[in-house]
Amino acid sequence: MDTRILTTDGLQALVDALQTRGFHVLGPAVRDGAIGFGPVREVADLPAGWGDEQEAGHYRLRRRDDPLLFAYAAGAQSAKPLFFPAQEVLWRARHDANGVHPTPPDPEAGADGPVAVLGVRSCDLAAVGIQDEVLLGRRYGDAAYALRREGTFVVAVTCSHPAATCFCGSMGTGPRPGAGTAPAAPYDLAMTEVLDEHGHRFVVEVATERGGHVLDEAVRAGAAVPAAGPEDLAAADDVAARAAQAMGRQLDTSGLKELLYASAESPVWDEVATRCLACANCTQVCPTCFCTDVRDVTDLTGALVERDRVWDSCFGAEYSYIHGGSVRASTRARYRQWLTHKLASWEDQFGMSGCVGCGRCITWCPAAIDLTAEVAALRHDGGGRRDGP
Amino acid sequence: MLPRRFRVASTRHDNHDTLTVHLEPCDGAPLAFAAGQFTMLQVFGVGEVPISISGDPRGSGPLQHTIRDVGSVSHALAFAAPGEVLGVRGPFGTGWDVADGKGGDVVLVAGGIGLAPLRPALLEICAERDDYQRVSLLYGARTPSDVLFGDDLRTWAERHRITVEVIVDRGEAGWTGRIGLVTQLIGKVAFGADRRLALVCGPEVMMRQSAVALVARGVDPSRIRLSMERNMKCGIGLCGHCQLRELFLCLDGPVLAFDRLEPLMARAEL
Repeated sequence: MDTRILTTDGLQALVDALQTRGFHVLGPAVRDGAIGFGPVREVADLPAGWGDEQEAGHYRLRRRDDPLLFAYAAGAQSAKPLFFPAQEVLWRARHDANGVHPTPPDPEAGADGPVAVLGVRSCDLAAVGIQDEVLLGRRYGDAAYALRREGTFVVAVTCSHPAATCFCGSMGTGPRPGAGTAPAAPYDLAMTEVLDEHGHRFVVEVATERGGHVLDEAVRAGAAVPAAGPEDLAAADDVAARAAQAMGRQLDTSGLKELLYASAESPVWDEVATRCLACANCTQVCPTCFCTDVRDVTDLTGALVERDRVWDSCFGAEYSYIHGGSVRASTRARYRQWLTHKLASWEDQFGMSGCVGCGRCITWCPAAIDLTAEVAALRHDGGGRRDGP
Repeated sequence: MLPRRFRVASTRHDNHDTLTVHLEPCDGAPLAFAAGQFTMLQVFGVGEVPISISGDPRGSGPLQHTIRDVGSVSHALAFAAPGEVLGVRGPFGTGWDVADGKGGDVVLVAGGIGLAPLRPALLEICAERDDYQRVSLLYGARTPSDVLFGDDLRTWAERHRITVEVIVDRGEAGWTGRIGLVTQLIGKVAFGADRRLALVCGPEVMMRQSAVALVARGVDPSRIRLSMERNMKCGIGLCGHCQLRELFLCLDGPVLAFDRLEPLMARAEL
């Protein structure tokens, strides 16, 4: 394997090389008191010396006493909105004497060029892979998503500081890109951030030819990008191994589909419904949730018509509305739908789990509902015993 | 996600709240479909809803949708003026595959507006009537004034040897027909012992009870087909709304066999 070393100066040279190639470089940034994605022009744009503290219903950024750039867990949003925006125009039309002629928006208009994403952690890389399957892998694809995904350059990062809400180890998606058992989106480079007696550096695995070329371009621009030595590889392995040990939560995935299907009438749903606010936060931060609604917008004269697609949530009352009422009128039924889809029916639909273990639904639930605890409660309840043969 | 443009050619009032809209393609290319399929039909600027096609799948006439005026979008669709341009996407979903019933007896059970998605299947049977054995239509409506497609019902009975039984929840002055639930008729319908096919469309509870009654008559659950209704925003499996556990009803359905649906329909709010 081609593995090289970047210093922070080398990382800047990588960002420069990507920009020279015309990429709009995005990476983690401190926004509104949380880690999100923002434009990266300089390494100084990255959240140096920031860490986080996460628990069920709790997220705080914390100052660290070191210069690490990626020493935090999953941010408030995954890479999902970069390719699957919360709102997008499906078509626009002008209503005139000739009638209405819907036309899709020009995909080039307003675009900043192809995207290079820096610092995609392993769980989120798996989530992008899941979204690729959901939105592109079946009979009908999402053309706008395909266009946004096309040519994306990905610099993945090993998660070095998992949160108390993390369980990617259980889902086979992390903490190191490429080392998980679940399918993931492709990446060009994968880096592991190391800080030890040999200094602060990034051990970079070159995964694609294009990734190697970009590093070569950084070298031609004057950066030192030496091959990694055995001590570098060992240090990177150690970062990943310690992260795997630091996983704050676990999810027993054995027979999960059968458990969820057999638990349809479990009293656990009634109990969780007493706490669940049906606020949809979990679905808004989930890196794999893909449900959408459409909105028709007109100007005051009715001459301009626009059809927008927006993220939706199975926790809403209108989500399942048909004439006569909502199919899932109760919070009990909505939580059951969400968890059963994520962990069970997703397998039947797409041949994989819909959960990557990022823990966001736990962190951002205002009622601190923890899906790992709910699954444990279903196991304790016995699901199938109540309901089965 | 871009709709095709169809112009309203004419509209027929079927009863006090239901209309059939006839559409002609603006680009001249007719929309081929299978009986039981639906389209996503929209009024520009108002909204889009899934509506089953109610016309003849073999005909070259206008595209027909029978619409009950129950919401803002269905109202705008049903009362679209002749000449107005509507958006059509599709056809989507699975069909009845009624030809699979050739050589045997076919029973169709309809509840209310559920007769509309079954109409293409009936027209398909009429076109090749001799290929089928006994064909029965059991149709339940709320009141005699709610009965749809009265001319069709007479034609099917008189010209195509289809046993048509109509039953209403509540009678009205002059009604001499049956009063009760459509499921009551299933016990009496004439059935052969083999190659039986049942197609059921109506409110979910009516479909489930009908299917249970058909099973009680000895029909194999895999030979009972139901057309399921759920909220749909895309029709192509992307929006998530129509899920019934592992099924995307827009792709896997709307027409599905009862053996597949039974465990899912048994759960409230699934």
